[in-house]
Amino acid sequence: MILLLALAFSISAKDTPDDGGGSITVNVYNIPEGTARIELSRLEKGDTLFKEAGLISIFKGECEDVSVIDGVEYLYRGKAIAKDTFYIAEIKGFVTSSPQWFNKSRTTVLIFLILFGSVVLTYIQLAKKNPEGLFIRKLPALDAIDEAVGRSTEMGKPVLFVPGLEAITDAGTLASLTILEKVGKKVAEYGSRVIHPNFDPIVMTTAQETLKTAFAEAGRPDAFNKDDVFYLTYEQFGFAAGVDGIMLRERPGAIFLQGYFYAESLILAETGYSIGAIQIAGTNATTQLPFFVAACDYVLLGEEMFAASAYISREPRLLGSIKGSDLAKVVLLFMIGAGVIFGTIAGIAKQGGNPAYMQIFNKMLEFLARGAK
Amino acid sequence: MKKRVPLVITFVTGFIVIISFFIPHRPFGPLETDTLIWYSIILGFTLLIGVDSLVRLHVRQMRRRKAGWWYSIVFFAGFFYCLVIGIMSVIRTPNPFQPGTIFFYGYKTILIPLQSTMFALLAFFVASASYRAFRARTLEATLLLVAAVIVMIGRVPAGYKLWTRLPGIANWIFNVLQMGAMRGIMIGVALGAVAMSLRLILGIERTYLS
Repeated sequence: MILLLALAFSISAKDTPDDGGGSITVNVYNIPEGTARIELSRLEKGDTLFKEAGLISIFKGECEDVSVIDGVEYLYRGKAIAKDTFYIAEIKGFVTSSPQWFNKSRTTVLIFLILFGSVVLTYIQLAKKNPEGLFIRKLPALDAIDEAVGRSTEMGKPVLFVPGLEAITDAGTLASLTILEKVGKKVAEYGSRVIHPNFDPIVMTTAQETLKTAFAEAGRPDAFNKDDVFYLTYEQFGFAAGVDGIMLRERPGAIFLQGYFYAESLILAETGYSIGAIQIAGTNATTQLPFFVAACDYVLLGEEMFAASAYISREPRLLGSIKGSDLAKVVLLFMIGAGVIFGTIAGIAKQGGNPAYMQIFNKMLEFLARGAK
Repeated sequence: MKKRVPLVITFVTGFIVIISFFIPHRPFGPLETDTLIWYSIILGFTLLIGVDSLVRLHVRQMRRRKAGWWYSIVFFAGFFYCLVIGIMSVIRTPNPFQPGTIFFYGYKTILIPLQSTMFALLAFFVASASYRAFRARTLEATLLLVAAVIVMIGRVPAGYKLWTRLPGIANWIFNVLQMGAMRGIMIGVALGAVAMSLRLILGIERTYLS
């Protein structure tokens, strides 16, 4: 083997930006032709021997050394190995890693959160002062709860409530609990029964408490049966099979599919349709919405689920937060519109020989996309 | 007091998690991962509650001889199979999902085919739901039908044979019209979720407290 100190082949190393420390990013430039792999080694200040520090991806030309200790100085060396030869490159001077106090790549997210939070909080305050001036459009899916539970009771059939396949940490699952409370109160008032199979045991315990409270608030604490809220399985299609079985055996008159669903959404909704139940679905899973729209009687589309608590309770502070998020949506809509117009003008200007606008546009896009990292 | 303590815990936890999203420095940075680990530990314990609930349900069904009670026998057979074989496999090998173990054999030959069967049923459900959705009774349903036919035919080689521009039109419907509507809903969902999180952290939304 011949050792070559290729002038063009070089490496650089720097503290990984926007991280919690313990990481140095190494980059390689001008990888020699025919390189099979690039080995990375490092020398700790005070030591005399280079130690292995991993492999650098030839395609990415980058490697993150996450085995470093903050504050310790390191010298990196890259060894590009070809068929009959190898090339060596070293960084100039020692580098050290350190944790950062602010993740700069998330600046846009912080700006958005402050602005959005301010708008929502302002509207909540305004709503407290003037509760009469708040309007929320009709949500037929929520209005149909009374009808669905009533019909089910008249037919002498139970109500089935499926809270989706996500954990209690999902916003959709939390929103579904709000709807469950309303359904629970109606079921208790009408003297019916609600069956609540669960995918997640934490959701199960929360749902048990929610229904218990709903029955108590409706003046029928004795009618609540804890055993009707039970755990099924943590397997996606096992859960679908279990719920389908319940639908076919118990023949509920009303089915509520509320929460986050995956591929099993249509299996559940179509089985519910086949038994002739009124189906009210709601999900924040955008990919499953078309299936629910096709198979269910009423559907809460995405954000409508999050508005459910405000719609049901008509509490001014909750209505204010809905109003605030609507305003934020309008602002975003205008920003997207302005961006499309400016991007189109920049594209036309670039074709006309003036790339300055396109550069500004690309900078703006880069700034906004930083938050997505 | 019963409600105030959980509200304070929610506020403090929510606020710290938001801060940890922007501050990678210790002790904030690793908090997000730490809380997920805590959640997994809690979930592990609550799974016992779940299993207890499931066993009680099937015992009750067998005792009352409810319709289809004998399915509960299948449940207990599967339950004890997983429990006994799973524990045995863990004792013999560190990973029960290692090929060659009895547990993996059961997983591969029973559970995976059962799951695949359920998933395969989706094709028939899609067909029946599409039939109902595509009935051209209204202008919207007709538009849906036309768009769906173009997309479906445009996605197969026969579509290209019929008209070379068809795949391009199908892609335009999919990437422009469909994507635009989908992104609109996604923006709404994201804003709704953020607003709901703020309501939870600030204690305005209290349904989860029951």
